[in-house]
Amino acid sequence: MIHVLWLGLIVSGIVVAAVEGRMEAVTQAVFEGAKSGVTVCLGLVSVMVFWLGIMRIAEDAGMLRAMARAFRPFIHRLFPSVPPDHPAMGYIVSNVCANVLGLGNAATPAGIKAMQALQTLNPTPHRATAAMCTLLTINTASITLIPTTMIALRMNEGSHAATDIVGPTLLATVCALVIALLVDRLAQYTTATKQKPSKIDAS
Amino acid sequence: MVFLQTLSIYLIPLLLVTILVFAAIKRVPLYASFTTGAEDGFMTAVRMIPHVVAMMVAIAIFRASGALEGVVSMFTPLLHMLSIPAPVFPLAFLRSLTGAGSLAYTIDLIKQYGADSLFSRMATTIQASSDTTLYVLAVYFGAVGITKSRYALPVGLLADVIGFLASVWVCLYVFGDLNTGG
Repeated sequence: MIHVLWLGLIVSGIVVAAVEGRMEAVTQAVFEGAKSGVTVCLGLVSVMVFWLGIMRIAEDAGMLRAMARAFRPFIHRLFPSVPPDHPAMGYIVSNVCANVLGLGNAATPAGIKAMQALQTLNPTPHRATAAMCTLLTINTASITLIPTTMIALRMNEGSHAATDIVGPTLLATVCALVIALLVDRLAQYTTATKQKPSKIDAS
Repeated sequence: MVFLQTLSIYLIPLLLVTILVFAAIKRVPLYASFTTGAEDGFMTAVRMIPHVVAMMVAIAIFRASGALEGVVSMFTPLLHMLSIPAPVFPLAFLRSLTGAGSLAYTIDLIKQYGADSLFSRMATTIQASSDTTLYVLAVYFGAVGITKSRYALPVGLLADVIGFLASVWVCLYVFGDLNTGG
């Protein structure tokens, strides 16, 4: 998928440049692009180093667990088919909380563990259950409290108010999440009516 | 909207103080914890380089050739109707397809228009308010061998579209009066 997109962008770009007579600009763009890719990533090092350091402190202090406890009743409502004491619930909660804190490194392993635990509740091993789809929806909408990378990016390019996107981001991401969860629930019901009732309970 | 701006300014310092005080009470070895996590951060940033360079080059070629402009101009009526600025529109596709690609495009936009332009604010908000749906789907469902993803992909893509539109409109509302659209 990605390699098709990559190939398509480069080849079609060069073909269009040949037609439009912009080959010189394209040659320059190749080297400029590569250069800014490296310099921007290196610029992000400072913030990533600092922020992930702080976040490790939060993790070691058990803040992820404290937060998980606080959010558990709420998150449980989103997964009515998962028994509250099932191990999947714990992984789901820590996946969601790690996402909120922007801990990508902690969120992905927790999310995969959650999927594996949800798979044990799955009567049809190759077909996603409702709970799996809900977990995926939450992860694609990705609620993040502080968009560190984007703040760092703007800061490095000379922004005077790099953090002013925090509020708008939160609002936009909550909108996306709420609507996506509603649609997810709707899809759950419309597809569930086609199945036997026993299957709905199991999924 | 003053609330959103105040929240933006106070959130990070407050979070910082809360974390440090909480951790100190819990007797966490602050310094050692920090350096371990910081090492991870370093590696994360460095590991991004090959992906971002690959995408930066592809997007730079596509833009410099004039192909990007051509594609975007086909959507002009739609963009006008939804008040989406043309420069941020490519993110509507890139965001769901490739994390490195949308990041590269955002970088390109910031370099062109400046970090405090309306376009850059929109792009970074779009970038921060959703995740790469295709990647998340592949990683999470791939890990347990799910092949029938049912409605998960359409719902994930819908979340991206809503995140995109919400970001554009919220930014227009909050930052629109800055008149720094580049």
